[in-house]
Amino acid sequence: MKISPNWIRDFVSPAASDRGVAEALTVSGIAIEGSFGEGADQTWEAEITTNRVDAMNHYGVAREVSAIYDVDLAPIAPKVSGNGPANFSIVIDDAEGCARYTGRVVRGVKTAPAPAQIAHRLELVEQRSISNVADASNYVLNEIGQPTHAFDLDKLEGGKIIVRRAREGETIFTLDGIERKLAPEDLVIADAVKPVAIAGVMGGDATMITDATKNVLIESAWFDPASIRRTSRRLGMHTDASHRYERGADPGITQLACARVAELILASAGGAVSDEIDVVTRTIPQSRIPLASSEVKRILGVEIPPEEIARILRRLGFTVEPGGPFKPAVGLSGEAEFTVTVPTWRLDVEREIDLIEEVARIYSYLKIPNTLPSFAGGVIEEPVAGKRSELRKRLLSLGYNESLSSTFIPQEDARAFANAEPVRIANPLSEEASFMRTSLVPGLLLQIAYNLNRGNTDVQLFEAGHVYAMQSEAVDEHNSLAFVSTGAACRASVHGKPEPFNFFHIKGDLEQLLAAFDVKDVSFDRTVPVWLHPGRSARAKVGGTTVAIFGQLHPEVAAARKLKQEVFVAEIFVEALYQLALRQPVYTPISKYPAVERDFSFVLPEGLEFESIRQKLSELAIAELTAIIPAETFRGGSLAAGTYSFLLRVRFQSSERTLRDDEVASWSQQIIDAVGSLGGSLRQ
Amino acid sequence: MYSVPKLEDFSPASLDAAADELLAALQAESQAISDPKAFEEFRNRWMARKNGLLTQVNESWLKAAPGPSKRDVGQRVNALKAQAEAIVSAAEQLAAGSALSAKIKSETVDISLPGIERPLGVRHPVLRTLDELISVFVKMGYSIAEGPEVETDYYNFEALNFPPNHPARDTQDTLFIANQEMKAQRDRLLLRTHTSPVQIRSMEKLTPPVRVICPGKVHRNDAPDATHSPVFHQLEGLCVDTNITFGDLKGTLDHAMKSMFGSDVKTSFRPSFFPFTEPSVEVSISCPFCGGNGCRPCKQSGWIELLGAGMVDPNVFGFVDYDPKKLSGFAFGMGIERLAMMTYNVDDIQQFFYGDVRFLEQFA
Ligand SMILES: [Zn+2]
Repeated sequence: MKISPNWIRDFVSPAASDRGVAEALTVSGIAIEGSFGEGADQTWEAEITTNRVDAMNHYGVAREVSAIYDVDLAPIAPKVSGNGPANFSIVIDDAEGCARYTGRVVRGVKTAPAPAQIAHRLELVEQRSISNVADASNYVLNEIGQPTHAFDLDKLEGGKIIVRRAREGETIFTLDGIERKLAPEDLVIADAVKPVAIAGVMGGDATMITDATKNVLIESAWFDPASIRRTSRRLGMHTDASHRYERGADPGITQLACARVAELILASAGGAVSDEIDVVTRTIPQSRIPLASSEVKRILGVEIPPEEIARILRRLGFTVEPGGPFKPAVGLSGEAEFTVTVPTWRLDVEREIDLIEEVARIYSYLKIPNTLPSFAGGVIEEPVAGKRSELRKRLLSLGYNESLSSTFIPQEDARAFANAEPVRIANPLSEEASFMRTSLVPGLLLQIAYNLNRGNTDVQLFEAGHVYAMQSEAVDEHNSLAFVSTGAACRASVHGKPEPFNFFHIKGDLEQLLAAFDVKDVSFDRTVPVWLHPGRSARAKVGGTTVAIFGQLHPEVAAARKLKQEVFVAEIFVEALYQLALRQPVYTPISKYPAVERDFSFVLPEGLEFESIRQKLSELAIAELTAIIPAETFRGGSLAAGTYSFLLRVRFQSSERTLRDDEVASWSQQIIDAVGSLGGSLRQ
Repeated sequence: MYSVPKLEDFSPASLDAAADELLAALQAESQAISDPKAFEEFRNRWMARKNGLLTQVNESWLKAAPGPSKRDVGQRVNALKAQAEAIVSAAEQLAAGSALSAKIKSETVDISLPGIERPLGVRHPVLRTLDELISVFVKMGYSIAEGPEVETDYYNFEALNFPPNHPARDTQDTLFIANQEMKAQRDRLLLRTHTSPVQIRSMEKLTPPVRVICPGKVHRNDAPDATHSPVFHQLEGLCVDTNITFGDLKGTLDHAMKSMFGSDVKTSFRPSFFPFTEPSVEVSISCPFCGGNGCRPCKQSGWIELLGAGMVDPNVFGFVDYDPKKLSGFAFGMGIERLAMMTYNVDDIQQFFYGDVRFLEQFA
């Protein structure tokens, strides 16, 4: 809000420049974020935290200055003496919504432009000057923070004001000319016939002050914060008045504010003021809080002398009495105890800790010495932290860039890429962002498309993050990991041609990730979701558990997403993978004896896959068979249709001795026979 | 071309003259060798066992020598052979050297051509910034705690001292999960607006002393623009023990900021308001990018507001059954994207979420 330092000096006279005061206020909690203009016309932009309604006016800021500089705060004492009964009645029907309503009637006013000083000050704080009568209320709001309202008395029917809840179907045109439909929960100010204001939010158009106004009713009330908040939220009306009321205005200021408005009207518009009408339905209690200096020290870590504590609180308007409920004023160890009564304008202060904050901020945070706590505990590792970091390290080493994609995805994607009930957002930012992601894949595919559209043809990305699904009434949220690749596995350069990324690259990368874990029995099969290419994708299982699906994105899915090159995707179900331990490397001695390599050129029937051969050879249980390597495959040429040639390389080695020719020959024959049993034959 | 002469005179002088002549010829021929092939021819001509020139010396000089001088001639011929072998060996090394240098010459590449790229992946700049902060606090004895991103109203608000319908909730721009109306308010699901719920969950699980940091993703109903994103990251921290003071809060954050940004960085603390801390504080650091002279990240002020913090509100302790009369603690939190933007001079927060490799690869 806008604050005029000159206006503040109506109430306090610190021996400091405006600039100095601004800095001191900032350090103490009223942040002066900017300064505009010069001299008496200077204004500050003050950022006042939402709990400090009391400081959202000039008198409140002056009170802070008074505490910071330990200087007196001039009282505000309007000189108004009523000259008779108001001949008007005020009734509060709803004590819950309105604790107090103070009113005065001013008769015989002459509306005119506001006095120059009033108009000027309102302009400084970016308020429009309207007229002498209308400005009085606005001036008082900026001066002491109490929202007041002035009605044209002659427009109020039945000679009375009733504070009540709105009736079903009631409407009101507010000051801004908009018709508002009222709900029965809304607190209104009504005359004998109709609502004339939405209490604490905005006055009505029909009863507002005009140039023709002769007689005025001044309203200065205290409304229940929750009620004002409900109504202002429901109607979407955020006003200067509602802002203060919903955060808790000062229940003790209604009379003063009413008199101050009357004083300003009398001074500028003439007329005669009535006696005060003050209706109180309930008292807002003032907290009395025990405060121990030992507690100040326990929380702040610094010894602030008891007299300094008392001085700060008194300057802020707190009543400080020595002695607590159970202890004398000064205890055995010299610590003091106080009983502090909170002023009516500080509804935010309810507890000892709130008082400690008051003391700390005026004492100055900067004067509290920096210390480091000692610590006896130990550091606890997240159970999966090491596994996650190992996967991340490996993906980075393999050339995948770490990415972050949106948590929100469109409904189609949420359903297409996972077999789960997606979580819907009640108030999404957009239609495309109305569901929580069920898989990381669609987000990464969007990023692939973003890159391809910008000519980045070689893209490798991974993302680790949460995915979400509804499970009955709850949300199931778990970790997932996906990586995608498109373009070259090895980029084109002056040194050679590019090597396009293919299925076996992504399989190899996946195997590098699985190799971080203690896995002995990884198997692959073709059980994959429909969004993958059925011929170039696979599922990886460890034991019986699926740990990943991977392969080429289905060409139809790619086409629908306008991806014009082959895209490879792997989705890792890390929660399953994290059940496994990280592999603990153990050294195996390297054999001193030479290895023997043998190549076999087989012709195999189409459809006989390497895995079948590998398994068959494993079943031979030849301990010295240390490697089974698919060295080369070839189709066409002189080969019969329905067959292909397969160069199998095996390695025999013993850690105990040099192998004999005859045993190698015998094992070789076993291998030829085993492949033969699968339908393969040695190529002639 | 040199050939081995027949000797008439076997006197020492005559033998010396013949030997000098032979060595001179050998030397001259060795110096004319240009490649390994020429060396082979040269060696055959001189050293071949059968009919090489030195073998001929045996025939023509030693065997022809008269009996009484045979001993002297034999010694001289042996010396001559040794000298010849040294010359041939030197020639051999020279020939091999010139062959290697020819090979090296033919293998020379244009070293100004670019290297073959085998790209490493790059950590995301936001997560890299988060890593650095995490490591600062882990070194100070903080454990890492995580929690769900879909939270209940209770953990995101109520237990953090945001009562239902409190105006402080307005500042949080919350995204809510659909179809929660049937549930009690405290059980309604929403996307956490800060990582503070993890502080509550940590306190529920742990017995003090507690030192945790809670890094993670949070969501707000903020329309995306250059400085806002509905998805962003925070790091929060919590320290609770029997003797934690506001001075400890100041000292800890001052130390952490110096570890992160360098020992020249200064911290400043001023009052603020958060429902879950009392007293609350806003922490600024002297601008590490310009040293306080003024630059774009610090908006020319020399200072950057970086953290919100405060002493844990006793009401919060009430929610987790900690005794606020015995325990005290501080909490702090900060947004990561904003810091990453300042650190890396990124002017649009949306860049973090496009996955554009031209952007990401700059952080290698
Ligand atoms: Zn700077």
